[in-house]
Amino acid sequence: MSTVTTADHHDEHHDHKPTGIKRWLFTTNHKDIGSMYLIFALVMFFIGGAMAMVIRLELFQPGLQFVDPQFFNQMTTVHGLIMVFGAVMPAFTGLANWMIPMMIGAPDMALPRMNNWSFWILPFAFLILLITLFMPGGGPDFGWTFYAPLSTTYSNDTTALFVFSVHIMGISSIMGAINVIVTIVNMRAPGMTWMKMPLFVWTWLITAFLLIMVMPVLAGVVTMVLTDKYFATSFFDAAGGGDPVLFQHIFWFFGHPEVYIMILPAFGIVSAIVPTFARKKLFGYASMVYATASIAILSFLVWAHHMFTTGMPVFATLFFMYTTMLIAVPTGVKVFNWVATMWRGAMTFEVPMMFALAFIVLFTIGGLSGVMLAITPADFQYHDTYFVVAHFHYVLVSGAVFSIVAAAYYWLPKWTGHMYDEKLGQLHFWCSLISVNLLFFPMHFVGLAGMPRRIPDYALQFADFNAFISVGGFLFGLSQLIFVWVIIKCARGGEKATAQVWEGAEGLEWEVPSPAPYHTFGTPPQIK
Amino acid sequence: MNNESYQKYYVPDQSPWPIVGAVALFFIAMGAGLFVMDMDKEQSGWGGYMLLLGIAILFFMLYGWFKNVVDESMSGLYSAQMDRSFKQGMSWFIVSEIMFFAALFGALFYARMIAIPWLGGASNNEMTGAILWPDFSAVWPLLTTPGGTETQAMGWGLPAINTTILVISSITLHFAHTGLEQNKRKQLTTMLLVTLILGVIFLGLQGYEYVHAYRDLGLRLDSGIYGNTFFILTGFHGIHVALGAIILFFVFLRVLKGHFTPEKHFAFQAGAWYWHFVDVVWLIVFFVVYVL
Repeated sequence: MSTVTTADHHDEHHDHKPTGIKRWLFTTNHKDIGSMYLIFALVMFFIGGAMAMVIRLELFQPGLQFVDPQFFNQMTTVHGLIMVFGAVMPAFTGLANWMIPMMIGAPDMALPRMNNWSFWILPFAFLILLITLFMPGGGPDFGWTFYAPLSTTYSNDTTALFVFSVHIMGISSIMGAINVIVTIVNMRAPGMTWMKMPLFVWTWLITAFLLIMVMPVLAGVVTMVLTDKYFATSFFDAAGGGDPVLFQHIFWFFGHPEVYIMILPAFGIVSAIVPTFARKKLFGYASMVYATASIAILSFLVWAHHMFTTGMPVFATLFFMYTTMLIAVPTGVKVFNWVATMWRGAMTFEVPMMFALAFIVLFTIGGLSGVMLAITPADFQYHDTYFVVAHFHYVLVSGAVFSIVAAAYYWLPKWTGHMYDEKLGQLHFWCSLISVNLLFFPMHFVGLAGMPRRIPDYALQFADFNAFISVGGFLFGLSQLIFVWVIIKCARGGEKATAQVWEGAEGLEWEVPSPAPYHTFGTPPQIK
Repeated sequence: MNNESYQKYYVPDQSPWPIVGAVALFFIAMGAGLFVMDMDKEQSGWGGYMLLLGIAILFFMLYGWFKNVVDESMSGLYSAQMDRSFKQGMSWFIVSEIMFFAALFGALFYARMIAIPWLGGASNNEMTGAILWPDFSAVWPLLTTPGGTETQAMGWGLPAINTTILVISSITLHFAHTGLEQNKRKQLTTMLLVTLILGVIFLGLQGYEYVHAYRDLGLRLDSGIYGNTFFILTGFHGIHVALGAIILFFVFLRVLKGHFTPEKHFAFQAGAWYWHFVDVVWLIVFFVVYVL
């Protein structure tokens, strides 16, 4: 309980852990909260994944076999919402909670109680979202982008619950982001200057800034959806003087920075792992920082590239096309730097490195299809096809998710004090790598051939590819069970990990013992 | 942050308040959602009760949480570094609020500068106007929507008075702050009280204006994009003034109890920042909603 205690009291019980369920409900410890975020993200990853399995099952053959179209729409919608807000974002926040205080030599996050509040809002928010699936009329079925008028005029009755659930998710994200920024700005150990911070800290600082800037915009747009649906306003209705395209502008002003929220921390993770296993310093540290900042700034200027087909003046489409292509430049800087870091390095290929390498290759493929999509006239052809689905799953699954998995393997020994099972890890990696490509690569082809996304049925010529994609999907889903097995095994025991864990690892988090003590850096370390 | 000035950073022990707050938000979100869903039904469900329960738990949580924080602060647990954390946290919270209003102002801008001219046939939309809404004239305030809803525009006489009231309240709050910094407690109490009274008067006049809009002008939340933007901007601003007033009220109670020193008064400062922020938002609301 948070009665008044003196600072000395803390010193006496330096590594005293509260026990039982109260430890998790009432905790103010960044490591506990980080663990809860990570476990929550993993659970949501499997719930959202199960929905993806339903989608792939239905699309295994043309025609309608297993679910009705209404339910199919709910699956695509809730799959997207859960993976974005329930799996990827909380996983990154969990990593931030665990690692940032240790990386900068802080005793904890700056606002520890608010930290716990940020976490505990999430299970409740997703409980509300999942409850709607079982209510009359079903859950949200308008796509995770909830375009008006699908989400206003044509949506089912439970939309209000969707809106309020998004509201409290947003509150959680904003508080989490405030905590990260304040921790990084205010809690660095003496000598930890800006340009000495690990890149994971840098990328998270910029991610948190993006979160604070755009989550309120999401709150604004869902509020307008709520009033349009239930209070007869007409923000997105031309008959009242509004415009459905206005929805898309506001949504994507949030939505585009949001996709960078889901990839910038991944850049930070890869920038931590590659130097460790190449046993070289990161090539071009400063340029990495500037590239991250440039991507963040550009992310506010590209939103309408999601809307090329909705009708905009030619000048506007050109503007958004060029700014979008400009993003390829700082991103290219990053990819170049990772490759240059490996150049003539003494490389070894443990599981984190394998996932990081797969990230670099597959994320680049996703990035390049992004440049294709940025070309306005070409986008007229690609828009709303499986090509788009292929693009964003390459950057989000083999990009963001692979980086999270890499981070888990990389830091598991630090968290649990045990080495994970390298053989099982490698098995997990190869199964994931092969199945993820079976799953997403053919989507490029069916998309280019014109198969629309978010439709439960398709023309016969897409049948073979879709069967193939579904098999890839099931294999990818099954492969992730190996991951759970590895984590459980590692948490329960295994070879003792040293403090440094990896031969080439550098940074404050590798100077504390493994597992990391409950409280680290009660007194800040000196950074040379 | 050099080593000499280092003080121990206070990491609180376990606290029950965050989980209580999470439960409160669950009831608020679930209750508000169910309440809105059942609004037009014959039989209203228990959404409203759930919402009230959530709000009650939230207030209980806020009371308990702030009590802990105030106790900790009064017993000197907070270092200068801790104070900076609070200040930075509050600043970033205000940034997020600015972005919330930016989305609403953006909607007004888009509707007025792009959507309505296009509906009237501007740019390359000549046929939209001619075929879909031939009788529509693109003017602002939009008194007749393309669908035919009619309303009257709100004047800016009363809002001008309200603007004066809020600006004065910001100034009096500033004097309260200087009073606190120079340890003139009497100036602090009076000026803070004047600020609070001005805030309440502002809210009262806004309420009067809403009654006037609904009863005399037929300007309603559902009277097309003009009414939509009018009520959503002034409404959310009003909610923020109310929140600011509540914060200042509790600050005032603490002032009466003799809290705050000229050097350390984070809660006062946070409340003051928030108040100045809603004041600035009002100035923008005044110009873009009423005057222009």
